[in-house]
Parts: sequence; structure tokens; C-alpha cells
Amino acid sequence: MKKILSHSELQSQVDKLAGLLLQNHPNITDVVLIGIQQGGVMLADDIVAALKKLQPGLPLHYGQLDITFYRDDIRKEILAPDVMHIPFSIEDKKVILIDDVLFTGRTIKAALDALIDLGRPEKIELCVLVDRKEHRQFPIQADYTGVTIETNRSEKIKLIKDPAGNKHVVLLSE
Amino acid sequence: MQLSTKHLLGIKDLTPQDISLILSTATQFKEVLQRPVKKVPSLREVTIVNLFYENSTRTRISFELAEKRLSADTVNFTVSGSSAAKGETLLDTVNNILSMKVDMVVMRHSASGAPHFLAKHIPAAIVNAGDGINEHPTQALLDAFSIQEKLGTLQGKKVVLIGDIMHSRVALSNIYLLKKMGAEVMVAGPPTLIPKYISEALNVRVEYNLKKALQWCDVANVLRIQLERQNQVLFSSLREYNLAYGVSKKLLEEVGREIVIMHPGPINRGVEIDSDVADSNQSIILQQVENGVAVRMAVLYLLAGNKN
Repeated sequence: MKKILSHSELQSQVDKLAGLLLQNHPNITDVVLIGIQQGGVMLADDIVAALKKLQPGLPLHYGQLDITFYRDDIRKEILAPDVMHIPFSIEDKKVILIDDVLFTGRTIKAALDALIDLGRPEKIELCVLVDRKEHRQFPIQADYTGVTIETNRSEKIKLIKDPAGNKHVVLLSE
Repeated sequence: MQLSTKHLLGIKDLTPQDISLILSTATQFKEVLQRPVKKVPSLREVTIVNLFYENSTRTRISFELAEKRLSADTVNFTVSGSSAAKGETLLDTVNNILSMKVDMVVMRHSASGAPHFLAKHIPAAIVNAGDGINEHPTQALLDAFSIQEKLGTLQGKKVVLIGDIMHSRVALSNIYLLKKMGAEVMVAGPPTLIPKYISEALNVRVEYNLKKALQWCDVANVLRIQLERQNQVLFSSLREYNLAYGVSKKLLEEVGREIVIMHPGPINRGVEIDSDVADSNQSIILQQVENGVAVRMAVLYLLAGNKN
């Protein structure tokens, strides 16, 4: 297990992403932030905290999206659904979809399908912490990227939390 | 994460982990059913046949809706007007349907064990939608889901099943499930409708006095008196049954405890349950029907990709 981003490196990436989001959307209250379960939610929690630090007192619309039922591989492996919590309408809103790792693009494709079933947003942007660009299977790219990393296909990249609650990004080699 | 069984033939074959998995998955599907688009693409490549050899309204509609909400392709088969009426055997009928590339079979049959027989002979996953007087597993699962939703947990809750325990597949599945999930179970009704050794065989309490049963329980699941079976003279008249075992508002007031009232439907109003009880705030009968779709979605979803 190789550490790619330590807790402090991760925090500076989070601050960078929050800054980019604010730069593009000065009026962040018009935007809806949605983390994809589970890694994306771990990252989105931090981005939301960073945004609140940058602009204290601003109300943010933040939800968690579960894409289990939208995956295209249910006959290969059944996965337990996670919590879905989007307590607001996304109709005609600017949505920023947040995920920890952009790999094949299939998760984002499923997330887009799920989002569109919830309403018709005006626009959807994608924010990711780690981009594994060379393994893309669908034509999907992020609008906001933390780091881009070269990896082998069989390797896994995960955002994990240690027992003390500190988050790291690690690479798992198979 | 998968079920320990390839088919859902009965609650008897499920582990408590299987039951928990189905109920937690159903919670997520219930959320789907609240959305403007009540549909997910999970089972897009799956074809399901609904084989109903016995009359049914809510179970068939509930399964069909669950299948459609999961984006599965569905085929409905009813015995009247089919080749079964011409004398074709069950196995031949199903094999012919399977030749048309069907992945799952939802089956209701008046013969106990019919889905078990099919499961031994065909490769498709089978879901028992009620077999004779044996089991009705999805009804028990939706009952459990509804109790859990109302009371938070099944563990330690006291549930009484009232009425025709002898002929009820709902009762048997409920007993298996509730016992596995740590609830206490009682059966109540006239002695002629309660199997003689049920207490020893299934470790449930037996009570012949309805008022005492209601005083004991948190939940009363009132079963339908099967009017179609009443040529067997197991009680003297519907009127007398209602007087002794009908759940009425007056009786509940006498008991003086807040009890959750359930009924698997269809209701015989004024026989096993009075209208003012069935339609009261204590009753969760319509929530049971609503939850049925989510629970059946969970069962079909979990079986569709099962490698067991």
C-alpha cells in the first residue's frame, strides 16, 4: 500500500479544489454540490468544509448520491446500495459532481444517469481528486482535477481514513 | 455481498443475514419509489416471467411493478386460457417459456412445493410468490419491513398472528422470519384453525383468547379467513367467528394498548377485522402494500446477479 497523498497533501488539494470552485462560481449558493458514495462523499465533506471556511455563513446545497442501482455490471457482482440523500431539487441547477477518483468513467456515466432521473439540471460539472487518465473507457473528463497519476490497470487508488480520522490517498497494487 | 441462496423458495432457507440484506436493500428501493422517476436501470438485461397458477391481484401487480421499476422485461402467464388448461405439465410449460430466454420465474401455485420442484429442474432463479399452504416469503419480508419501519426493529417485538394459521402460508413464513430476527411470536385463533403441535414444532406461543393475545402483543397481524375453504366447517359461522376473533374497535379500546394492526389482504371487512380498525391510524395495511413493491425489488435485484 503506497501513500500517494498524505493527510496534509490531501488537505492542500482540497483547498485548491475549493478555491477553483469558488473562482468559477463566485456565488456558490446557486450551485448544488453532490458527492458520489463512498469515496466522493469523503472528499466532498472536506471540500464543503473548506468552502465554509473560505466563505463563512454561506448556505450550501450539499447531497450524497448513490449509484449502485445505475451500475452496468449487476450480473457480475451485486453491490449493497449506500445512502442516497439529496434533500433539494436539482431542476435547472448547476450541479458539481464530486468523486475521489476518475478511472474508467463508468461510475460518472452511472452518476449522470442517476442525476438525470432526479431532475433536469442546467449544467453538470465534474470535480475529482485523482485522475487516472490513461484508463478511460468512456469519453468523460473532469472540470476540476487535483492530481493526475499514471497507474497500471490492475492497481487501485482509494481515499481512506485511518483510525484517527485522518484521510489519505493510497495506491493498492495487486 | 450476496444471498446464501440462488432462489427465494421460502423464509425457511434464508439466514438472518439474508433477511437483513433484503430489508436494507428494500430501504434504498423505497427511496427510489419516492422520486419523480420511480425507475432504475438495474435489471435492464433480465427477463422475468410471472407464472400465476392461482388468482392474485396485489401480489401479481406488486411483482410486475417491482420488475418494471427495475427495468426488467416481463412476461405474464395466467393459467386460464393457457396450455396448462389443455393438460400441459408444469415442467413442460416452464421449459417452453425458458426456451424463450427467461432468466427468472416468479411463481404462485396452489400446490405446496411447486416452486421447489421447479427449482430442481430448471436453471432460472425462482421466486415463490405463494405455494399452497406452505410459504409466501415476500409477504413475510414486506410484513417485517413494515414492522421495522414502524417500530424501528424486530428484535424483541411481540407479534401475534390471528386467524387461520392452519391454512395460511403467510403465517408460516412470518413465523420463520420473525423467529429468525429475534421477535417473539404468538398465534391466536380458534383451536380448529391452529395446528395441534405448532407450539412444540415452531416454538411459538398459542392463545385461544383474542383479548389476552392483544394484551400481550406490540403488533397484531390479522389473517384473512379463507372463505373459499369454509366448506370444511372449521367454525360454525362467519358471524360467530367475528364475535370471537374479529378485531374490533371496541375490543382494542378494552385492551387499552397501542397496537400496530396489519393484514396481508384482501380484507373481509366485518369478519376478521372491522372497517373502523382497518382504516384507523393504528393500521399499517396500506403501508404494507406500498412496501411490497420495494421489498420485491430488493429480492429480484439480489437474486438477479447471484452466483450461488
